Amino acid sequence: MNEFIAPTVEYAELSPLLIVLGAAVVGVTLEAFLPRRGRHRIQVVFTLVALVAALLATGWVAAGLDEVEGASGRGLIAAEGAIAVDGPSVFMWGVLLVFSIISVMLFAERRIEGGVSAFAGQAAALPGTEAEREASRQGIEHTEVFPLVLFAIGGMLLFPASNDLLTMFIALEVLSLPLYLLCGLARRRRLISQEAAMKYFLLGAFSSAFFVYGIALVYGYAGSFTLADIHAAVDNNTGSTNLLLAGMGLIAVGLLFKVSAAPFHAWTPDVYQGAPTPVTGFMAACTKLAAFGALLRVFYVAFGGAQWDWRPMIWVVAALTMAIGAVVALTQSDIKRMLAYSSIAHAGFLLVGFAGAYGGDGITSLQSVLFYLAAYGFSTIGAFAVVMLVRDPGGEATHLSRWAGLGKTSPLVAGVFAFFMLAFAGIPLTSGFTSKWTVFSAAWAGGAWPLVLLAVGMSAVAAYFYVRVIVLMFFSDPVVDGPTVSVPSLFTSSALVVAVVATVVLGILPGPVLDLAQQAGAFVR
Amino acid sequence: MDATPFLTLSALLFTIGAVGVLVRRNAIVVFMCVELMLNATNLALVTFARVHGQLDGQVAAFFVMVVAAAEVVVGLAIIVSIFRARRSISVDDASLLKY
Repeated sequence: MNEFIAPTVEYAELSPLLIVLGAAVVGVTLEAFLPRRGRHRIQVVFTLVALVAALLATGWVAAGLDEVEGASGRGLIAAEGAIAVDGPSVFMWGVLLVFSIISVMLFAERRIEGGVSAFAGQAAALPGTEAEREASRQGIEHTEVFPLVLFAIGGMLLFPASNDLLTMFIALEVLSLPLYLLCGLARRRRLISQEAAMKYFLLGAFSSAFFVYGIALVYGYAGSFTLADIHAAVDNNTGSTNLLLAGMGLIAVGLLFKVSAAPFHAWTPDVYQGAPTPVTGFMAACTKLAAFGALLRVFYVAFGGAQWDWRPMIWVVAALTMAIGAVVALTQSDIKRMLAYSSIAHAGFLLVGFAGAYGGDGITSLQSVLFYLAAYGFSTIGAFAVVMLVRDPGGEATHLSRWAGLGKTSPLVAGVFAFFMLAFAGIPLTSGFTSKWTVFSAAWAGGAWPLVLLAVGMSAVAAYFYVRVIVLMFFSDPVVDGPTVSVPSLFTSSALVVAVVATVVLGILPGPVLDLAQQAGAFVR
Repeated sequence: MDATPFLTLSALLFTIGAVGVLVRRNAIVVFMCVELMLNATNLALVTFARVHGQLDGQVAAFFVMVVAAAEVVVGLAIIVSIFRARRSISVDDASLLKY
């Protein structure tokens, strides 16, 4: 009988991941043993402490990464080849954890709902029944959202760092399943929230089935799940090309669904509109980041040798995504739906950077996409935080017509929102301009100039609908019994301040973060 | 070993599942079709493991089963809560969110 050899796990390098997932498990236990009074406060503090600890651990891991001999990247392959702790992974971990901390602060907001959180008092109580009213009278809350969001964050940390396809599939599910549940937990408008959860769940499961079938085909081609082995198989052209092409296409379907690229974007507006707004902000920033990280890793590391096969596909998808996102957003009348289409258009701009596949001197495609994701996430979370504040008696006032004249009644909130709109549009002196600039220049250097020209045109179309909101807020008369702007607690205010400051700083002084993205270097194999 | 019959069966099952997701209206049946797609994947994984003479593919099939089980937990919770609120699980009836 063979001797059993214990696997080596690099606990120190994986500590951010282990802290977050460990805290999620402890959070579930706290849920079971703590009395209901005070549970909310303890869960919030515990979640934030865990995330900050993971962020510090990420900084420590980033400082200790060694250069890889004979390659351009820094880092190591941990956990017997399952996880790559390299420059891009650590950069994404850091940014993801910062976004998560801001999002959890929005999750913790209780003042604007009058002492309860934005999540359903009791998800099992039917909407509009006595049981539901009883739950809200007693101030019952679901504090399970905090462990759930920690599980989702754990999956997101693992997703872009996974070095084999099987780990990537597990990470995809670990990040998706809690999100499906979180989408269905809104306190107000519960029917559309549940509907959003069902749509997200059915379509998400459908797309992950495509993803895993793609993995099976690529495994059949290469005889291994590890990205480096697949890379070697592609270089030596060992298997049947048909298997590789089909597998690559199916894997792309799964990943492009998660980044909400057309034609796999149909879920995005419905889910963004129906989900509780803090969850929407979290999904828009963090899921996009994690999914783009995974997309880039799979296609640059495993399928880098076959880029002449996949680049035309990505070109078409990028063009389609930008066009659909920018054009359909013009017709939207709901602010959350409009932001959803805006996020589709931004996925298109990010795909332009990805399609360039530029790896030479200066900023590479990978580094430009990392910077864009960091800049875009702050403005997105900020914009959704503002949506949380503008309220009618029945909840958030999301219809665009209700926002008319907001600039005259509440200039500060309208001004902040206008600023985020300008950042999305890519006006100079905001982070949107610098990030678009880096992505487009990397794509241009990679020879994707027709796509860059289209992207600039689509940015102009997109600017129209962003500016339309600003005009509506500042140059039209306020509606009679218009929405009120709630005064948020310290949590939401500080999240908003961080988002605004980051958007300004990344626009005026992008240097430090751009340097960080550049130091992230390249993926290690 | 000739893997073609197994792979053909797997592709057929996957296609039946995918078509089922697109044409069926009952959320539970749609969900079962997704499970069929996952099981088609398992068949492909195990076949390829046999072709390559390794165990990796078989281990992956176990992981897919566990994920499928976890998906059932979350999915049924969502579908049951929708059913209780609306007395219907037709995916066509859930149409408050559109345009």
